[in-house]
Amino acid sequence: MKLSSDETGRRWLGVLALVLAILVWEVIAAGIIRNSFILPSPVDVLTAFQELIGTGRLIPDFGDSLLHFGIGLAAALVVGIPIGIAMGWSRRFDAFLDPLIELLRPIPPLAWIPFAIIWFGLTAYSAGFVIFAGAVFPIIINTYSGFRGVPRIFVEAGKMLGCTKSSSLIRHIAFPAALPSVTTGIRVACGVGWMCLVAAELFGVSNNGLGMSLWLYYNLHRMDCVVVYMLLLGLTGLAFDMTFRYYIERRFLKWRTGEVA
Amino acid sequence: MGKLEIRNLNQSFTRDDGSRLVVLDNLNFEVKNKEFVCILGSSGCGKTTLLRLIAGLDCAREGSIILDGEEIKGQNPKVGMVFQEYSLFPWRNVIDNIAFGLEMKGLGKEERYKIAERYLDLVNLSQFRESYPSELSGGMRQRVAVARALALDPVLLLMDEPFGALDAQTRNMLQKELLDIWVQTRKTVVFITHSVDEAVYLSDKIIVLTPRPGRICRVFDVDLPRPRDRTSVEFAQVRRTVLDVISQNCSIQ
Repeated sequence: MKLSSDETGRRWLGVLALVLAILVWEVIAAGIIRNSFILPSPVDVLTAFQELIGTGRLIPDFGDSLLHFGIGLAAALVVGIPIGIAMGWSRRFDAFLDPLIELLRPIPPLAWIPFAIIWFGLTAYSAGFVIFAGAVFPIIINTYSGFRGVPRIFVEAGKMLGCTKSSSLIRHIAFPAALPSVTTGIRVACGVGWMCLVAAELFGVSNNGLGMSLWLYYNLHRMDCVVVYMLLLGLTGLAFDMTFRYYIERRFLKWRTGEVA
Repeated sequence: MGKLEIRNLNQSFTRDDGSRLVVLDNLNFEVKNKEFVCILGSSGCGKTTLLRLIAGLDCAREGSIILDGEEIKGQNPKVGMVFQEYSLFPWRNVIDNIAFGLEMKGLGKEERYKIAERYLDLVNLSQFRESYPSELSGGMRQRVAVARALALDPVLLLMDEPFGALDAQTRNMLQKELLDIWVQTRKTVVFITHSVDEAVYLSDKIIVLTPRPGRICRVFDVDLPRPRDRTSVEFAQVRRTVLDVISQNCSIQ
């Protein structure tokens, strides 16, 4: 895709804002505050980043965090998508489960931490459970609304073409029709799950992990390292979102291009 | 075969205030094998309801709908349908839309594409094989919908104002194409429309329904030779007769 000069210009505006923010940060940190404990400067952070690469703990940190995140998200998909489908397809199932879900949903995921520890101990599953508690509801709700919104005409057209069983209608008509909404749910779930990560690793389920190390360096009063981990967490979250926007949606939902453009 | 018989067909429902609303009132008619029949009526005369009953999409009725000696209950593979709105599956490209019914029947990829391609060719859209519905114009979408319905080789093709949303030129072109396809495939067609011009151009027989409740007002046999010339005197005469009957007998009371 070729960008118009207008779009390129707007992109540079964004880059300009980033550069300005880093400059202002440097001036405040190195010129005014001059205390790396209260506010490490960008240069401090860069130095700390090099130091952390030297320690070799960044890779295991990523590994453990992705493991926790993977467990939580996988469980949320396995539980959330079937529940969302069932509630969206059957009014009865909806009436049956809706009150329960609406009751559980407002509980902050972090409030599950005590039970996570009691049920799963200090294991990766425990962190995974907290992430699951955050990720499962966006998946349920978006899958549900996707299935509720399947146009009746598609279902009837399917029936006229010999797709009459409920299971085939779900598989061949409702699921593909609801897919845009389901992927939105997964995307939101990724965001929420990733945000739960730091807290999920806070109670020491592993020796490594981006969240775990963030707390470790806080206890060591190495705020420059804390900022490195904050930025890594942010950038990884952004990478997930980009993957969704530019890879998964383009690949699986290319039929929508005409409708969105 | 494709002989459709409608016997003493009634449909009504109870309004919230307890009164009865009669939608279809004692319909009786027959559509011969390979006949092209238009059901003509203004909106609200129950023509879509009638078609949905024949399709088996609605079942609440009294009386019988018999196709080749068999009562229609629920959807039937011998009946194909082209809907009024765009009903193509937007997540499937053209060829996979046409092949959908064959896929449901369990045909392998190669076999179903072979059949689907034949129908794609029939509607002259071979160069749009891989396109998605969102990339097609309204007229092309309805042609794909026709191909999709025909791919299962039904004996009866139901069409619910399929060209209603199209502009006049496209509409005339598609009517002509539809007749070509009908000549080639020889299906029984029940076509719903509110356009007298369309009905006279297309059909062997026109069934005019009165609105509220839907009753048969008059049945016309149109025996003009095809291809019909819309501007000819004979065409205009048939049109006038139909229009006169509608304005005299079929207005809303």
